Amino acid sequence: MLHHRYTMTTTEHRDEHHRQLDRVVIRFAGDSGDGMQLTGDRFTASSALFGNDLSTFPDFPAEIRAPAGTLAGVSAFQVQISDHDILTPGDAPNVLVAMNPAALKANVGVLEKGATIVVNVDAFDERSLTKAGYAANPLTDGSLSAFALYEVPMTSMTQEVCKEAGVKPRDAERSKNFFALGLLSWLYNRPVDATVEWIQKRFADREMVREANTRAFRAGYHFGETAELFESTYEVQPAHFEPGEYTQVTGNQALAWGLIAASRLSGLPLFLGSYPITPASDILHELSRRKEFGVRTFQAEDEIAGIGSAIGAAFGGSLGVTTTSGPGVDLKSEALGLAVNLELPLVLVDIQRGGPSTGLPTKAEQADLLHAMYGRHGEAPLPIVAAKSPSHCFEAAIEAVRLAVKYRTPVILLSDGYLANGAEPWRLPDVDAFERIDPAFASGPNHVLDDGTEVFWPYVRDDATLARPWAPPGVPGLEHRIGGLEKADGSGNVSYDPANHEKMVRLRAAKVAGIVRDIPPVDVDDETGDAELLVLGWGSTYGAILAGVRRVRARGKRVAHAHLVHMHPFPANLGEVLARYRTVLVPEMNLGQLSRLVRAEYLVDARSMSKVQGVPFRAGEIEAAICSLLEDAR
Amino acid sequence: MTTTDTGAGGLAPTTRKDWASDQEVRWCPGCGDYSILAAIQMLLPDLGARRENTVFLSGIGCAARFPYYMNTYGLHSIHGRAPAIATGLATTRPDLDVWVITGDGDALSIGGNHLIHALRRNVRMTILMFNNQIYGLTKGQYSPTSELAKVTKSTPFGSLDTPFNPISLALGAEATFVARTHDMDRQHMQETFRRAHDHDGAAFVEVYQNCNVFNDGAFEKITARDARAGMLIPLVHGEPLRFGAEREKGVVQRADGRLEIVDVADVGEDALLVHDERREDPGLAFALSRLSRGPLEPTPIGVFRCVERPEYGDAMARQVADAQERRGVGDLKALVRSGATWTVE
Ligand SMILES: Cc1ncc(C[n+]2csc(CCOP(=O)(O)OP(=O)(O)O)c2C)c(N)n1
Ligand code: SF4
Ligand SMILES: [Mg+2]
Repeated sequence: MLHHRYTMTTTEHRDEHHRQLDRVVIRFAGDSGDGMQLTGDRFTASSALFGNDLSTFPDFPAEIRAPAGTLAGVSAFQVQISDHDILTPGDAPNVLVAMNPAALKANVGVLEKGATIVVNVDAFDERSLTKAGYAANPLTDGSLSAFALYEVPMTSMTQEVCKEAGVKPRDAERSKNFFALGLLSWLYNRPVDATVEWIQKRFADREMVREANTRAFRAGYHFGETAELFESTYEVQPAHFEPGEYTQVTGNQALAWGLIAASRLSGLPLFLGSYPITPASDILHELSRRKEFGVRTFQAEDEIAGIGSAIGAAFGGSLGVTTTSGPGVDLKSEALGLAVNLELPLVLVDIQRGGPSTGLPTKAEQADLLHAMYGRHGEAPLPIVAAKSPSHCFEAAIEAVRLAVKYRTPVILLSDGYLANGAEPWRLPDVDAFERIDPAFASGPNHVLDDGTEVFWPYVRDDATLARPWAPPGVPGLEHRIGGLEKADGSGNVSYDPANHEKMVRLRAAKVAGIVRDIPPVDVDDETGDAELLVLGWGSTYGAILAGVRRVRARGKRVAHAHLVHMHPFPANLGEVLARYRTVLVPEMNLGQLSRLVRAEYLVDARSMSKVQGVPFRAGEIEAAICSLLEDAR
Repeated sequence: MTTTDTGAGGLAPTTRKDWASDQEVRWCPGCGDYSILAAIQMLLPDLGARRENTVFLSGIGCAARFPYYMNTYGLHSIHGRAPAIATGLATTRPDLDVWVITGDGDALSIGGNHLIHALRRNVRMTILMFNNQIYGLTKGQYSPTSELAKVTKSTPFGSLDTPFNPISLALGAEATFVARTHDMDRQHMQETFRRAHDHDGAAFVEVYQNCNVFNDGAFEKITARDARAGMLIPLVHGEPLRFGAEREKGVVQRADGRLEIVDVADVGEDALLVHDERREDPGLAFALSRLSRGPLEPTPIGVFRCVERPEYGDAMARQVADAQERRGVGDLKALVRSGATWTVE
């Protein structure tokens, strides 16, 4: 068993060993109150600045503070850093930092064989072990013999260095995550100064905390340096990125910025009506900070008022947006149907989480696709756009707005908890290069009555798009009434005429279906052009699928990958693409919703691959599924 | 459908006809809604309102059909949600006159939540709640304002729930303007609607409205021409509360705070309570709202409360303007660079 225990008597100084790694997956785990998200975030930020490619996976419980020390209270942050292009936060961590026994117990099962485990040994007392459900101490009973175990007294050493600054031990204890951060920063040769600066800024108005965190961070770093615990440090060289300027974004951040960009591109002031819900709230938070962009955010009394206010704003000529997650989408359904009938531009953002009902609020799932497609009474089709990576949320938001404005329709934009909180480097786009979005407000009469009078009719449609005019109040002569009752084609007056109703149902459907002419064909990544198996994905599974596909190719096998962004209507070439492959595999974090749609639409025998555990697919799982299907085909 | 502007959209004065749409009005003959519609169509020219800047918004119900009959911008939405929709419109378009037309079921049952929040936020909108104490459009079920033990199709053995007092509810929801009027008195309606319209914030008006098909005569005891003098207590700011054919009745406040109806002859005019709609503390207005338990007893009508408080949309706009002043108008390029950035050569 590799078993290292730190002793303070180390005097000898050995040569520093550097070992190069092409990538490493680190998982920081601790109690909800231990600050693991912050630690992971900061480690990620310094890696981004260092130039690594990276992908993160914050994995935290729904409770703000579940009982301390219990498995339910474990909060983890996984990050993969790499010297080459990576797509996922990694399958099995190579390193686990466990701040207490519960964090060890909850995560040891996912580690790769031989992984490094760094524990805060101070937390492994009798009580904590019992709380975590350990009958015997795993540090001493041999159960971790397959791992390289490092026991570091993080709590006591943090308290020690903070004592000099007059910080009480109880308060100092709270800085132990910075000790861990310091230690890992040393182990992986992360830049130090940026983090120290960041601590000064972040805790600028809390002197004691700032001091304690700085000391703890430095102590962790020096501990690594001076203690003869680790044989070597590791280096993950910067990745080769396309030239350009980069930043690190989470999905929710990128999505909020995309909405602001779309507001700029269209010249429409942004109005967000929203009710807080995990994991969508951060969009509300981010937009609320950005008032200098003319953004109005409205924390409504409930989700219905969230979408209602957005519809009202859209009626008035603003860019109306509402953000939510599954339970909120349920509540918004009736109003969404109204927007379909009113034919007003609107974007509903659904950051999917585990369901049904409250389900798994902080975990990701892709199980709202059919709800987005069909979750309204009556024939109420609308376009659906799905983001595929954290940074892609920016573009996806702009695309949702483009379709909403051009076609005068509500659009559902799907993201999920994994994209929302996950971060990756993002090459900054040239914001000037995006296509403008023309609101094309109505400006005058658009119809001539039999007696020659020129009038404005709210439901006269554009020949090409079938979109109706958008005529916000304020223009003399364009006064009109719209509502949820069926309207006569053209005039928009209330109509109960049977034939007219069918005509309107078909017109609304044709308008949405016609968007197919306005979206790009789906790209197929088929290196050799003769693969027999296609993996079809959508949304946040993008990274895992592509990583899985690359692994299969690395084994010398052929496989193709296509990833959908437009979920409704589907790209024009999708049927033809699906028909080209003998086998179509559809991995989804649900019980097979896209596979059901493509089977119904194209009569293809798509194979569903399901995972509904609140955690993303691993590349290895995708790889295994592809390989087994390729075997079967033999 | 709208014909193009024939003068109403310009700055020429408008007439009632300019405000009527070409749609046939489809309420039951004799419905109280007709007189409310007429009162509004006649009042708007008087207010100097412009059609293009006027929006009527509604939920669902008989009352909610109102926007179709107005030659203005209009939105007939979904049951109970009009105050929420109006909030989005009013906060983004302070230049518009936003009217919300709702029923007792629409406003107080399915939409109760939106109503109270619009009121407490003080969003600039004029809410007219047509209270017929019944669900009209769905053909006669009891509503949240129906009297206890009401027998309807859905309550053949009598309703079990205590009704809302809409005025008390609005006052409890921190409303800055609260009034009551009724469909039998055009002049009083117009005076009340004018006050509500001129109020800078959310204004709530309860309009007693007769549904002659499902709840005929619900307010007759107090609104019939010959009953009014003795049964309606006009609320006039700064005036003692007096009513009766000979103004022989009045309202006094007892030492314990209770309001009571008395004969003026017994107490003398000086003892009467003087109405003060501008009192910050809504306590007295609340006590007035409790004076009658329903439209069967002497009932105050007019403006219960009218106080000033910052309007929500203005406050929202101010935050935007402040941010733009402090940080300059947002720069998209700076936004995407607001975190740490690095350059790859
Ligand atoms: C979500 C929803 N639930 C129920 C209905 C049916 N409904 C329409 S109007 C109404 C009650 C209307 O009563 P009120 O608001 O008092 O208006 P009135 O017809 O009396 O003017 C109901 C229950 C509906 N349209 N939508
Ligand atoms: S049902 Fe009653 S409220 Fe509705 S239109 Fe007829 S009379 Fe008026
Ligand atoms: Mg009613």
